[in-house]
Amino acid sequence: MSLQHEPTSSQIKEQKLYREMGLSDSEFELVEKIIGRSPNWTETGLFSVMWSEHCSYKNSKPVLSKFPTKGERVLQGPGEGAGIVDIGDGQAVVFKIESHNHPSAIEPYQGAATGVGGIIRDVFSMGARPIAMLNSLRFGELESPRVKYLFEQVVAGIAGYGNCIGIPTVGGEVQFDPSYEGNPLVNAMCVGLIDHKDIKKGQAKGAGNSVMYVGAKTGRDGIHGATFASEELSEASEEKRPAVQVGDPFMEKLVMEACLELIHNCDALVGIQDMGAAGLTSSSAEMASKAGMGIEMNLDLIPQRETGMTAYEMMLSESQERMLLVVELGREHEVEKIFAKWDLDCVTVGTVIEEQVLRLTHQGEIVADVPVDALAEDAPVYHKPSKEPAYYGEFQAQADYFPEITSFKSTLLSLLKQPTIASKEWVYNQYDYMVRTNTVVAPGSDAAVVRIRGTKKALAMTTDCNSRYLYLDPEVGGMIAVAEAARNLVCSGAQPLAVTDCLNYGNPEKPEIFWQLEKSADGMSAACNKLATPVIGGNVSLYNETNGVAVYPTPVIGMVGLIEDTKHIVTQSFKEAGDIIYVIGESKAEFGGSELQKMKEGRIFGKAPHIDLEVEETRQRELLAAIQKGLIQSAHDVAEGGLSVALAESVMDGKVGASVTLTDEPIGSLFGESQSRFLVTVKPEHQDEFQQLVKDAKIIGFVRSESGLAIDNEQGEELLSCTLQEMQDAWKGAIPCLLTSKA
Amino acid sequence: MKFAVIVFPGSNCDTDMYHAVKDELGAEVEYVWHDATNLNQFDGILLPGGFSYGDYLRSGAIAQFSNVMTEVVKTANEGKPVLGVCNGFQILLETGLLPGAMRRNESLKFICQPEELVVENTSTIFTTQYEKGEVISVPVAHGEGNYYCDQNTLQQLKANNQIVFTYKNNPNGSVENIAGITNEEGNVLGMMPHPERAVDELLGSKDGLKLFQSIVKSWRERYVAAT
Repeated sequence: MSLQHEPTSSQIKEQKLYREMGLSDSEFELVEKIIGRSPNWTETGLFSVMWSEHCSYKNSKPVLSKFPTKGERVLQGPGEGAGIVDIGDGQAVVFKIESHNHPSAIEPYQGAATGVGGIIRDVFSMGARPIAMLNSLRFGELESPRVKYLFEQVVAGIAGYGNCIGIPTVGGEVQFDPSYEGNPLVNAMCVGLIDHKDIKKGQAKGAGNSVMYVGAKTGRDGIHGATFASEELSEASEEKRPAVQVGDPFMEKLVMEACLELIHNCDALVGIQDMGAAGLTSSSAEMASKAGMGIEMNLDLIPQRETGMTAYEMMLSESQERMLLVVELGREHEVEKIFAKWDLDCVTVGTVIEEQVLRLTHQGEIVADVPVDALAEDAPVYHKPSKEPAYYGEFQAQADYFPEITSFKSTLLSLLKQPTIASKEWVYNQYDYMVRTNTVVAPGSDAAVVRIRGTKKALAMTTDCNSRYLYLDPEVGGMIAVAEAARNLVCSGAQPLAVTDCLNYGNPEKPEIFWQLEKSADGMSAACNKLATPVIGGNVSLYNETNGVAVYPTPVIGMVGLIEDTKHIVTQSFKEAGDIIYVIGESKAEFGGSELQKMKEGRIFGKAPHIDLEVEETRQRELLAAIQKGLIQSAHDVAEGGLSVALAESVMDGKVGASVTLTDEPIGSLFGESQSRFLVTVKPEHQDEFQQLVKDAKIIGFVRSESGLAIDNEQGEELLSCTLQEMQDAWKGAIPCLLTSKA
Repeated sequence: MKFAVIVFPGSNCDTDMYHAVKDELGAEVEYVWHDATNLNQFDGILLPGGFSYGDYLRSGAIAQFSNVMTEVVKTANEGKPVLGVCNGFQILLETGLLPGAMRRNESLKFICQPEELVVENTSTIFTTQYEKGEVISVPVAHGEGNYYCDQNTLQQLKANNQIVFTYKNNPNGSVENIAGITNEEGNVLGMMPHPERAVDELLGSKDGLKLFQSIVKSWRERYVAAT
């Protein structure tokens, strides 16, 4: 018998102990109704994690149903470890993004590291070889020691895990804003490559088949991590440090190689799933539920790192680097042999049964016996009340903001120093972005590009989200987030394929937050439909609040695109003196939520920039056609900081410079953030063909051999002239400088 | 000429090394698991980068005890070429095939970036295809690449012409900007930069390819001379 004294069923009910685990009174009643009795301690634990927002999406399901999820190329939509998209020749790309915000707020190194580890397992559990990592990070302003510590440790954690396991971290984005001060966002995305024939699912099919546990041993770490992730952060959250897991990338490397060897070489494998959030509970219940079967497990057989673990602790542990397999009866030894080569635990712990229940025994007693669908499928779904926040009406009613500028040059240099715009070299030089030797376009361009060895193809990938626009107007901001991610891919020469999203919001029980969630999902859906990029999976992270203050609505878009031929790969840097510089799209002097507004006013307000999805789609299609015809020397989307920043970034490598002449009003043209715009360069001999293909392109200048950037007005008067050194000092120096300065 | 790429648990540049040799150099190559007890069939040994055994104790400290390392030492003593890159270099130091030790980078941070190297010695079997003083672009990716040795060892390295590559802009604080050294006999090379990552123009540089070509050329000359 266990030495620990767990509360009895009646104590749990009478003292409402289930509340501590995150179950509400009505949810507890529903559990009682489903199982026809009061649950014991272990069973209460099972329901509380499986019905947490993190595992059940009980608050976000009605919103998620808005997203288009189907498409010609979609082989696997939401519902499995990761989505899968066909890329031809019997190959497919597998990808997913996931948050690890709460753990990273408390223990940034391990929080970020295990976020990376978790998303990698999601991808290789589908049978895919992980080929690239990306991330999307949000922090408060780089001023307080706490924020600097979070930033440095999160980056170190991502590097520590990704570098060791040997998957290149090829791209990502980092932004800074006071709304993330206490609640940073750490979203990690993994991209994998698979042959159609190797696609695996997390299903426990075939009564009598064996349930096998492989990988690291189970310890007491991360107990109730999923529940913790579904609450607001507060001062008391520090006490939840034990709910943060510890990562072991070496172990994961072994587990990954062993699983891939198994998937490729042994057809005894029936199903495979990662023990992620809610560990053994979610993997067993979900695999059984998806197959319409049940699972019986003997917890005495679970490899344990610590002694005296209870059933409750084992089932709720979120120890890392563990996988659950279902294997054909009688062929367990084939699996054991592969894992023995990698020196890994591999134990048969249970059996697939016809009866659709999860039945657990421990020390000779049945410690849980509950219907699997009740755990995996029957969590209540809440349609939360939604209310337009007061600020939205106020912002919409405001007159358009137009900044006063005294010096164009100092404005540009100051913009280049803004941490959100400044070079992220300090970050990505800590990531091994080249391992596996397929990275064609390294971090720092619009999208990363990874070639597919043995073919002419390559994949472009990006993460993007301008949450300032989303805060001002969630619907428009949602459209922009998707459109901008697609723009990044098109600028690299890729046809956007599909989206994985990570919805980071505040507490959905507040009607104003739920309104943000709903409206932004509407905007994202509209853009996904128009740009033919279905959502194939993702993750929801709610309750991103500290002491009652929510982060900006931040639905990070992870997008992957296909480049048919590596010859089509384009980067943002200007290439050759004499090339013609074009801007595609008009500036409408929009400054709501812009970098310049934030910089000058210290806050954002007004309307988000307008976006017309028709125009967006046309321009992307035309530009991609021009790229595929070989007419484009460089391409860059015009984003934060407007055209001036895009120009500066395009000459920052110092190989060439640019001379630009503006014919329109300069402040709006240079610093406004109107959408659906691209900065491209074209060789003079391709001018006619390019202009015929791309309707909205306008010549603004020429690439010159002398480095630096000069911008004149129509009268030939100088608006600004910056040397390469000035721009590089501002842009490259900003983040290292902020990190070393004393707060 | 047939190469072996040794795979330890936690090696992660093994496929890069394999493809560099097979696809770009066009030579025969096989993966060899760390428990192998015979390397006789191979003419050259490649120890790839990565995090063998997680590098939890000290980089390369555990890998030196693998079965295969006894064979690697034997092969090195036979005069066959042995190349250790990054973690492979660290393992060669721990094994004692090369002198010195590795410390954490001066910045205490992992560094991944293309790096300019100066070819200091073109008389080794690894560098005959380079010009002396040639500057080549080869990426680094390491957290512990800060090479250290005492003054006596450094004098010996210099006297024996064992310093093969130096950094133009030292990224990690290594003694005398050392990026790669050989043993006294010149048939064992350890280097932190990754030549196998610089064999294809599409990925930014193919300056590393000549290193592999040098090995093959030296082997051919020796082989022809012997037969």
